[in-house]
Amino acid sequence: MRIDWNSYNPGAFYDELISSPGNARNSGRILAGYLASLKSEDLQQRKTAAELAIKAMGISFTVYSEAGNIDREWPFDIIPRIITETQWRQTSKGLEQRLRALNCFIHDIYNDQKILKDKVVPAELIAKSVNFRKECIGMKPRFDVWAHICGTDLIRDTDGRFYVLEDNLRVPSGVSYMLENRQVTKRVFPELFENYDIEPITEYTAQLFDMLAAISPRPLDYPEVVVLTPGIYNSAYFEHSFLAQQMGAELVEGSDLVVENDCVYMRTINGLSRVDVIYRRIDDMFLDPEVFRPDSALGVRGLMRAWLKGNVALANAPGAGVADDKVIYTYVPAMIKYYLGEDAILENVPSYLCVDDKQCEYVLKNLDKLVVKPANESGGYGMLMGPQASKKEREEFALKIKADPRNYMAQPLIGLSTAPVLGERGAEPRHIDLRPFVLQGKGSYVTPGGLTRVAMVKGSYVVNSSQGGGSKDTWIVSDKEGA
Amino acid sequence: MLSRVAERVYWLGRYLERAENTARLLTVYSTLLLDLPRGARIGWHTLVEITGSHPEFHEHHQITDERSVIHFLLADSQNSSSILNSLSMARENARTTREIIPSEAWEQINNLYLFARDNVSKSAGRGPRLQLLQQIISYCQLITGLLSGAMSHNSGYNFIRIARSLERADMTTRIVDVGSVTLLPGLTGAGHAEHVPEPYENMVWMSVLRSLSAYQMYRQHVLDRVNGEDVVTFLLQDAQFPRSVVHSLTKLESCLQSLPNNAATLKQLEVTRTLASEANIPELLQNGLLEYIDQLQVEIARVHACIASTWFLPVVSGQQQSA
Repeated sequence: MRIDWNSYNPGAFYDELISSPGNARNSGRILAGYLASLKSEDLQQRKTAAELAIKAMGISFTVYSEAGNIDREWPFDIIPRIITETQWRQTSKGLEQRLRALNCFIHDIYNDQKILKDKVVPAELIAKSVNFRKECIGMKPRFDVWAHICGTDLIRDTDGRFYVLEDNLRVPSGVSYMLENRQVTKRVFPELFENYDIEPITEYTAQLFDMLAAISPRPLDYPEVVVLTPGIYNSAYFEHSFLAQQMGAELVEGSDLVVENDCVYMRTINGLSRVDVIYRRIDDMFLDPEVFRPDSALGVRGLMRAWLKGNVALANAPGAGVADDKVIYTYVPAMIKYYLGEDAILENVPSYLCVDDKQCEYVLKNLDKLVVKPANESGGYGMLMGPQASKKEREEFALKIKADPRNYMAQPLIGLSTAPVLGERGAEPRHIDLRPFVLQGKGSYVTPGGLTRVAMVKGSYVVNSSQGGGSKDTWIVSDKEGA
Repeated sequence: MLSRVAERVYWLGRYLERAENTARLLTVYSTLLLDLPRGARIGWHTLVEITGSHPEFHEHHQITDERSVIHFLLADSQNSSSILNSLSMARENARTTREIIPSEAWEQINNLYLFARDNVSKSAGRGPRLQLLQQIISYCQLITGLLSGAMSHNSGYNFIRIARSLERADMTTRIVDVGSVTLLPGLTGAGHAEHVPEPYENMVWMSVLRSLSAYQMYRQHVLDRVNGEDVVTFLLQDAQFPRSVVHSLTKLESCLQSLPNNAATLKQLEVTRTLASEANIPELLQNGLLEYIDQLQVEIARVHACIASTWFLPVVSGQQQSA
């Protein structure tokens, strides 16, 4: 299983570590040299050590299957991914800018709707949005921020530049894996940390807690912050528990909370105790059976009343998903201009909206070249990978688009960048993306790097862990490194 | 602390202690066998009865021999109190309270479960079995130590200790049961009625003590030779030995003191402890010991019921756990 970079060939794609067979990029030279110097047994031993660490640390996620829910160990590749500090600084600014504009947009939509009146965004898009919550109209959350935690998916095209693929503003997950990946790498390759100045990422949970504490409706030194989970059968339960633990917050389930006199309380061994801030990891529709799905057993009756009265803060705010829509996404550069008067630092992937007749016609004619996505699915579900789909699949999909054009948008297939993954025969290129996490409360914070997700199957573009994706530790290192 | 979390750490404590105690119980029985003459009348069935799981056992087994009983108590997934199931439940409760227990402790609980799961099938022979049981006991001790040394002695830790003390008190009564049932004339039913020769009686009580790591402490405390009366008194009533019933209940009381709304539970605890501390052991050994122990177990179960109704969620959410 030795690594020979001369026989490593990513082809036409941008590879994160190797610029051409045998040659590492400057920032990755030490890493590539070190990996190539390891004997087969050494590599195998590191790989096993990582697997054991993940098992012992109990880093897992849940997969739903017919045979029941299985708690599966987190798939992890030991070769870290490197991004240079200069490039990251710019990207990070772009992410912050983007979330600021998105929050202006959400606040505007639930209040004055100026952007619709000025016809920058078509009003009918909001009218037909499944994530628009009329219950939230007129609400003014603290700092006018609705999406406090955002996971933005970035991809790198063959030109080596980052593009935004989507913004996740509802309940984005993955940050715990980003943090745990670093822990595992420290156990597996401690010697590499001597040769690199890698930006630490451990600050995230402290930043998250400070942000949550800052949106508390009661001015207290120690507001009661809780993490609301759907429970142990949720695929991200590990993360909910991890974040609660790291923040020293209570991890609560719907049955632990009760609303009395429009205030939220949790049931403790001392009786009822007031809750100020809820970091909720439950979808809008399950939050409150009184307002949304009446059959929800996960939520808390009266929660919306308490929130609308300003007696409890919810992160992210209900209704924030209105901007987490693949059609609204195409308007983000325009929002940045409209609200902030700035040019977008990060580019979108070029997109075609099916709701526009001309663009729709183009999409239908070029289905074999495009990726078509429904507006409101996540986890890679419900989309058409045109170039890989059969003729029949494309024809069936065309019918869906014609039936509900508002629900679809299309993008050209981006040649996702690759990174080496340790396989049976040494290092092999696999496609990857990047999910940095952005916080906004009074100020903003962006994780240095993020969660790199890997499509573990050769040639595949599907990086979602629910569909067999893996992950890598992500390093932001100084450009001088390895020069 | 949340009622639901209190409930889960409580069960974590109980299942962990139960796994350790069941391992101890199996160890006593297995070593006792080695000392008794071949073909002696030791009844494996007694073990199933003592753990209170005979209905489940008879549902799935026709023969009550060493092999089936050991498998049932060690690894059987049909037995909710088997060591493997207890460890699995301990792990599940730890997994769902990871935010409040130290991560090293979670890692060890997780490791213990994985270790037991991977090794129970290799434990058919007596040699490997004793070794496995020993390892499980050591692992449990390690976790107890980790919790004591790395977790703040807060309400969460108190619930773990409360659970441990209650489970311990309960199991000690059961282990005393083993000794008595094996030895007492006239108490073991037809076929087991003849009196055991003295050297064996001695051995049985020594094994009982060893199973609770009590032999050495007993010798220091009781100067007389090992005999049933002193052993039972020691295990039920000694104020200093950590696994005696009275000591466990006293520890439990000190943990209860720091919890809110504790009046009803303290009252029930006092009833239970008085029953243990004021029992006339010499008299009971002549007549009525088994009935007495049954009664003691009922009172211990009532302490649990008080704890559950005072501090846990009114409706048990999600998991069914067995007291």
